[in-house]
Amino acid sequence: MSAIGDRAAISPAPQTRAASAGTRPVPDGPAPVARARRRHRRSLLPLFLLTPAVVLLLLFTVAPGVYAIYLSFLKVKVGGGLLGDENPTAVFAGLQNYRAAFADAEFWHSILRMLTVAVIGVPATIFFSTLFALCLDAKRARLVGFARLAIFLPYAVPGVVASLLWGFIYLPSTSPIGGASFNYFGSHEVFFSVANVAVWGVLGFNMVVIYTSLRSLPRDLFEAAELDGAGELQIALRIKLPLLTPTVTLVTVFSLIGALQLFNEPATLKPIANAISSTWVPLLRVYTDAFVNNDIYKGAATSFLLIVMTVTATVVANTILRRISRRSER
Amino acid sequence: MAAASAAGPAAATRRQPGAHRPRVNLIPTLILAVGALYCVAPVLWILIASTKTNDELFSTPPFEPAFHGGFVTNLRALFAYDHGIFGRWALNSVIYAVGGAALSTVVCGCAGYALGKYRFPGSVWLFRVIVAAVLLPQIMLAIPQFLLLAKFGLTNNYAAVILPQLVSPFAIYLCKIYAEASVSDDIIEAARVDGGSEARIFLSIGARLMSPALVTVFLLQFIGIWNNFLLPFVMLNRDQLFPLTEGLYGLLIITGGQAAQYSIVIAGVLVSIVPLAVLFLSLQRYWRVDLLSGGVKA
Repeated sequence: MSAIGDRAAISPAPQTRAASAGTRPVPDGPAPVARARRRHRRSLLPLFLLTPAVVLLLLFTVAPGVYAIYLSFLKVKVGGGLLGDENPTAVFAGLQNYRAAFADAEFWHSILRMLTVAVIGVPATIFFSTLFALCLDAKRARLVGFARLAIFLPYAVPGVVASLLWGFIYLPSTSPIGGASFNYFGSHEVFFSVANVAVWGVLGFNMVVIYTSLRSLPRDLFEAAELDGAGELQIALRIKLPLLTPTVTLVTVFSLIGALQLFNEPATLKPIANAISSTWVPLLRVYTDAFVNNDIYKGAATSFLLIVMTVTATVVANTILRRISRRSER
Repeated sequence: MAAASAAGPAAATRRQPGAHRPRVNLIPTLILAVGALYCVAPVLWILIASTKTNDELFSTPPFEPAFHGGFVTNLRALFAYDHGIFGRWALNSVIYAVGGAALSTVVCGCAGYALGKYRFPGSVWLFRVIVAAVLLPQIMLAIPQFLLLAKFGLTNNYAAVILPQLVSPFAIYLCKIYAEASVSDDIIEAARVDGGSEARIFLSIGARLMSPALVTVFLLQFIGIWNNFLLPFVMLNRDQLFPLTEGLYGLLIITGGQAAQYSIVIAGVLVSIVPLAVLFLSLQRYWRVDLLSGGVKA
């Protein structure tokens, strides 16, 4: 089924205000006849309320998608006017654009580079946001209020600005962390440098999500374990962590979706880092195809391909993680 | 002080059995301190770097602020740059983010309420479509969106940046679930019996009860739009329309080769962080983060 359906199914049931005010079965009211009559009254309000959303969804999600698919089957007719003309003639190209994308080694390399950043960044995000959430929840820990705000702070910094900020920190001439002697934009180091910017930006948000879920767990469970002689660490690892699995799963899927759309960080670091090419990650490549090389047809094909791949990856990841999550609940 | 001394005897008696225990749990505290340092130090450094003139930037120790008027000089240079274009970018960012988030909250809130509180032909089907749309990588849609709008010559204006970001399937989902849970059928029925019109019920009861979800959606969308880079990047080519992110990026591209301009970009980075950070940290209590994970269970 859908990610959201699963999300609701795997989520813990914290006692939120929403839950306590939750839908109750309608009791027998004083005027069942009147209610029955009124229920049959058709109101146009829901249609009216839904219209803007549906229209916008059609115009800005469905239509662009369909149009991109249409474009992806076209190509510029050779000899048919210069690029950038008002009406460059486009002819049907069949699967040519897709074949070209699949055959292009650089396309696969860009995916590989994106995955490399994801493999570094996503586990680091999950590990540290869970670790910090557990520390915030630990007994007699100090600095809790300050650390919560401090770690959340980077979330308020836009990705581009965060990349500029870290860019200056990496840059040899301005680096406060030894950029003069260590090349943060080296061919291997650059993956860690990019991943670090991304992790810095999302760590706090994920930590707050996990911490909120942690606070909603039944406290008496921990107290019982403590009475049984379990140490703080044991409680964290054996009780809190397993109970957090659904939330951590959710955060992982979200982080993964984010990681597969990597663009802001490499795009912003590109002007100052030679290691980052104009086709470094897939989205950067689509941009280069469509805007630098003016081949919107190729750009459309790659775009569509990426959307399909991302959705597939998300569904697969969601299914796998859900299975793991279920197993750990057993 | 009074409270402390009043608690004194009780605390003393309580302390006795656990006297051998350390009072501060050291390991988590240390981990939190390191985490906080990692998150705050870069912002602190940019604050320090912004106090330096270009020469000082390259010659003085990195964590030592300078007090030779560099801060004011940098800010002046930033706001004077290209006839004050930076101020325009900041204003644009506010227009995009506040306008977009407000409209988006209305659109998604209305849709969520309709899906949560009404059954009509196709409502279940429509909700399924919206749930499936959550999986779509929104950022990746930017280029198709541009291609379509460019076809009709509709790029390069405020609407081209705001309109594509108004519908968030996740926000609709969140509002639907929240409306189902918080706006009880009893209340709606009672209002109907009292003769309230459906629209009145929605506006004066539904919307009010849904306000925690609406605030959360507003903040989520605000950040989403404020942080969105690719969409304005492809939609706009007039720098008068740029949001801060685009503008700063352009500034870096222009000055990329010349280290002489770094101090302006650094000042720009600082100015784009501080107001939002203050806003955020002060609004933190209104966030219902639980709505994003466990709370949506409701």
